Amino acid sequence: MLTLKVNGQTQTFDGDPSMPVLWYLRDVLGLTGTKFGCGVAACGACTIHLDGDAVRSCVTSVSDANGKSITTIEGLDPEGNHPVQKAWRAVNVPQCGYCQAGQIMQAAALLKQTPHPTDADIDGTMFGNICRCGTYQRIRAAIKQAAGA
Amino acid sequence: MTKHIREVASSGIENVSRRGVLKGMLTTGGLVLAVTILPTRFARADTPKWGADGMPHGTVNNPEAFISIAPDGTVTIVCHRSEMGQGVRTGMPLIVADELEADWGRVKVAQATGDEVKFGNQDTDGSRSTRHFIKPMRQCGAAARMMLEEAAAKRWGVSVSDVEAKNHEVVQKSTGKKLGYGELAADASKLAVPATDSLRLKDPAQFRYIGKEGTNIVDGFNITTGRAIYGQDVRLPGQKYAVVARPPVMGGKVASYDATETKKVPGFVQIVEIPAPSYPMAFQPSGGIAVVADNTWAAIQGRKALKIVWDDGPHATYDSQAYRAAMEATARQPGKVLRSDGDFAAAFASADKKVEAEYYIPHNAHATMEPPSATCRIVDGKAEVWTSVQSPQAAHDLVAKYLGLPPENVTVNVTLLGGGFGRKSKPDFAVEAALCSKGIGGAPVKVVWTREDDIRNDFYHTVSVERLEAGLDKDGKVVAWRHNSVAPTIFSLFAPDPKHEAPLEQGMGLVDMPFAISNISIENGEAEAHTKIGWWRSVSNVPHGFAIQSFVAELAHAAGKDQKAFLLDLIGPPRILDVPEKVKSFWDYGENPEVYPIDTGRLRNVLEFVAEKADWGRKVPPGHGLGLAVHRSFVSYVAAVIEAAVDEKGNVTVPRVDIAVDCGPTVNPDRVRSQFEGAVIMGLGVGLMNEISFKNGKVQQSNLDDYLVLRISDAPKETHVHIVPHGYDMLLGGVGEPGVPPVAPALMNAIFAASGKRIRSLPLGQQLAKA
Repeated sequence: MLTLKVNGQTQTFDGDPSMPVLWYLRDVLGLTGTKFGCGVAACGACTIHLDGDAVRSCVTSVSDANGKSITTIEGLDPEGNHPVQKAWRAVNVPQCGYCQAGQIMQAAALLKQTPHPTDADIDGTMFGNICRCGTYQRIRAAIKQAAGA
Repeated sequence: MTKHIREVASSGIENVSRRGVLKGMLTTGGLVLAVTILPTRFARADTPKWGADGMPHGTVNNPEAFISIAPDGTVTIVCHRSEMGQGVRTGMPLIVADELEADWGRVKVAQATGDEVKFGNQDTDGSRSTRHFIKPMRQCGAAARMMLEEAAAKRWGVSVSDVEAKNHEVVQKSTGKKLGYGELAADASKLAVPATDSLRLKDPAQFRYIGKEGTNIVDGFNITTGRAIYGQDVRLPGQKYAVVARPPVMGGKVASYDATETKKVPGFVQIVEIPAPSYPMAFQPSGGIAVVADNTWAAIQGRKALKIVWDDGPHATYDSQAYRAAMEATARQPGKVLRSDGDFAAAFASADKKVEAEYYIPHNAHATMEPPSATCRIVDGKAEVWTSVQSPQAAHDLVAKYLGLPPENVTVNVTLLGGGFGRKSKPDFAVEAALCSKGIGGAPVKVVWTREDDIRNDFYHTVSVERLEAGLDKDGKVVAWRHNSVAPTIFSLFAPDPKHEAPLEQGMGLVDMPFAISNISIENGEAEAHTKIGWWRSVSNVPHGFAIQSFVAELAHAAGKDQKAFLLDLIGPPRILDVPEKVKSFWDYGENPEVYPIDTGRLRNVLEFVAEKADWGRKVPPGHGLGLAVHRSFVSYVAAVIEAAVDEKGNVTVPRVDIAVDCGPTVNPDRVRSQFEGAVIMGLGVGLMNEISFKNGKVQQSNLDDYLVLRISDAPKETHVHIVPHGYDMLLGGVGEPGVPPVAPALMNAIFAASGKRIRSLPLGQQLAKA
């Protein structure tokens, strides 16, 4: 039996411990805000916070997360008003939006570590998050806006 | 079940179904009564159908299909086109709201099910939602506004001329008395919808939202909080999950399989055999073996444990290297002549200078961030599908056919699409979900495509060799032009072994080449398709535009002239091109070429516009260069100036992009800009890194670590989108696709300016890399 904290709530799991956290969140808990994009940590769509660090949930097994605390996009802010979320809306970043939960989780982790990132900091941290719609310019702008907030 | 649908609705995307929600509206006294199906307003059968009328089911402008008003004044507007990032769920309702004089803050957007008889055409492709539907959506809003005005006038017992709808209220002009839309909705809903020719449309000067800045996308909150529902996110009570093992080679099928180990995987539910398609396969699924399980992970594990012997079929020798060599050989031979002006051979033979070049673009995958996914359940002979498709009606029809159900027993609910780019115009995955649900007795099944499934089973962008030859006179003027285009056609999906590009592909920048040259030969060599070829954002404009705009820069260089001056000279004076007369089968994006002519004045203007904005010819640092390209597609005109930098190791970066568009007037300028920002990223990906290749009939790439797409670290430092301003007296052009074609050639022209190296074979990859 594994025990995890997800968005502040304690959860137990007795299924396949090798199941990636991604599928546990999406299929078992019904938290579909965390997206499936590649399954091999190549796109960043599934980014969550594990004990505060941004990780790819598609290659993090439930057993790796045992005893740890997970934050998903649904739990980033109870009202959806984390500075990054607000900046994302103000700049109208999303196009299709599918990658944006992962982008936001990665950006939130970046700002925690580097409150005033340069373009190089942003590119260096966000390069693992692909956006096929090509919202990169607005992602940079929104991160800077959130940093200034 | 109903409860869950409401949950889906409240948590992201609302779907209007004929059976459920409209009935609900009735009981709330809303504007929607019953939907009367308007007769289709097609032109006579013996005259050509253009634009929206040429699309299946044309347009519908009936407010009863699109608008409902609750007693509290909340206006719900149905969007019948699929949202894949282009902003249509904001733009389309915005048009209705403006004519309706609704307060945008009190508008909700609902998503139509696949039902073209009710809503008009829903094929969300071809960059045509706004250009085809701005008029019917304006009419729709205006009709509802007039019904509200009439209801108020009746209530007050005054003349309609004494009342005016304004910002969610109807006001009596003489007294200033007001009634809110919510108070009038029930009365208005009992009135007849005014005839289309009696509608009073707004003067564009009075537009409240159309063409204005400051509109946020309607799904912004749900997207940024994880509440938005895509096809991959659908959850129904008792739902199972499936992944499908598909033939690795097009045309292949299962020879035998052994599921013994699969059945031992915890959570395994059932094997469902997906039948091999007939050929030509159109949008049929590829066939194979589906593994149904309790969750996606178990399904993936179960599929891994399958032992399948494939019969690879006739395309198992498809090899991209050999195929390229064969296409190049074909391109060097005469092709089928599509357009012939003057006498190319004679003019070329006597030219002072001859320039020849061949350009290559490999297959590309769409790689939408959301891999394809669909969910289906079948209850009492009725199937309901939830999926992210660009073509809900096609999904509906194909699911009905596969399940053998009458059309009225199938409902297709459209979720948000995590990217489309043409991939999700093909609803093969919806059929897979339907077959899986049927296979397990009707319980809901979600079919999940993994990224590997997506990369290896796409409907790929065509591969092409474009050979160009030109003759210049002693003054450097082009006197002869030959273009031989060789590329397998999308129509190989629909017809047995066609070997030539279809008019739809020829019309995408090939036969409509806009230059004032006296001797032209435009040809098309034969090419057979050995994989599924599909629409990919801007389609054949990508190879045609890349080749032509690169070649022009090569000619300018050969003539010793500035690229912009040379290009303007080549385009010649402002005029309407007579391509429709020269090319009998000319296809102008489905539009009437008389209404949407090829206007070299607009082409010149957009080129001058971007050159001015980008300060063409500006001084750039050593190792940097500027490149230019201009291209008309989807009846819009686009030009780009790109600054590229090539360092001593051969690494390429893009400091700045300026891209200008003349797409006529705009509805939501922010979403026009965002489409062009995105097109720049996608176009740079084409130029720098996208490549799908085949060996032994199989795709050699598998995921986003070997099918490379542009990342933020590769993105331009600055992108500036410039919109050519226009009034609403002009027709609208496309926006979603036309930004892509000029990007790769402008980039390669910039790389040439920076490094002296001409890249003719895409992607750039490591071609400039120095050890």
